[in-house]
Amino acid sequence: MKAHVLIMPREGVLDPQGKAIAHALNGLGFTQVEGARQGKLIELELSGSDPEAARREVVEMCEKLLANQVIETYRIHLEG
Amino acid sequence: MTAAVIVFPGSNCDRDAAVAIQRLTGEKPVMVWHRDSEIPPCDLIVIPGGFSYGDYLRCGAIAATSPVMAAVRRRAEAGTPVLGICNGFQILVECGLLPGALLRNASMRYVCKDVHIRVETTATPATLGARRGDVLRIPVAHGDGNYFADEATLKLLEDENRVVFRYCDRDGAVTARANPNGSIGNIAGICNAERNVVGMMPHPERMFEPELGGTDGAVILRSALGLAA
Repeated sequence: MKAHVLIMPREGVLDPQGKAIAHALNGLGFTQVEGARQGKLIELELSGSDPEAARREVVEMCEKLLANQVIETYRIHLEG
Repeated sequence: MTAAVIVFPGSNCDRDAAVAIQRLTGEKPVMVWHRDSEIPPCDLIVIPGGFSYGDYLRCGAIAATSPVMAAVRRRAEAGTPVLGICNGFQILVECGLLPGALLRNASMRYVCKDVHIRVETTATPATLGARRGDVLRIPVAHGDGNYFADEATLKLLEDENRVVFRYCDRDGAVTARANPNGSIGNIAGICNAERNVVGMMPHPERMFEPELGGTDGAVILRSALGLAA
């Protein structure tokens, strides 16, 4: 089973990388870009086949290591 | 006085810290490897600067899960003074011994230069030999030193006088211009509620004797090492 964990900066937390991306896109003429935020995607290969158990475990992984909840939020997507 | 310096793969200020400690106390510190789950008896634990685990995932995040940090937590909770410098500060916030987080510098640039910081409280092991309002010139060298905390945490830090250092100009004025990384409230260092755990982005171990270009860092190290008059 695969899990995708999408980690994004929290609303209201300064995201200088996102700002730089939006600025660069504007500079390339993509004037419709009004904002950008940069996060990260972590792909996990998991043993086991119980999606409920997998989700619980990945939540624990997010809380313990993958996301810093002071500044980030996470979303989990399971497949397979 | 016995000091311990924690060493992670990617630490690069551990030896600077060890040299400073030896010069100031006459005794070599104990170097403790990240895999060790016990720290020998000591009066001060220093978590040095560097790029532990290559800054992978988030600065300090992987180091925060290492066996030695469980030992640091136990000792901190028992009252041993802990001083985290730069990456050491990042590790302390990642493992929850200090609140908040250190974000990418607002400028998106790595900043390596001398800055001025103002001592905001002397009620910590790292500042007990200084005076409130002292302005120290000490280098910073980091890409992720932009201190962030939510409003409630920030209010708590201010109300409990737990902001230890703020970036300021040479006259001690806390201004946006003097802020090298975008830190909220110009915060350069904080302590925990019990006041024995201190984290700071500037490097006192790089400014403790005249050969290094200045001695303003010495008061911090001397305080932490129990040498303050």
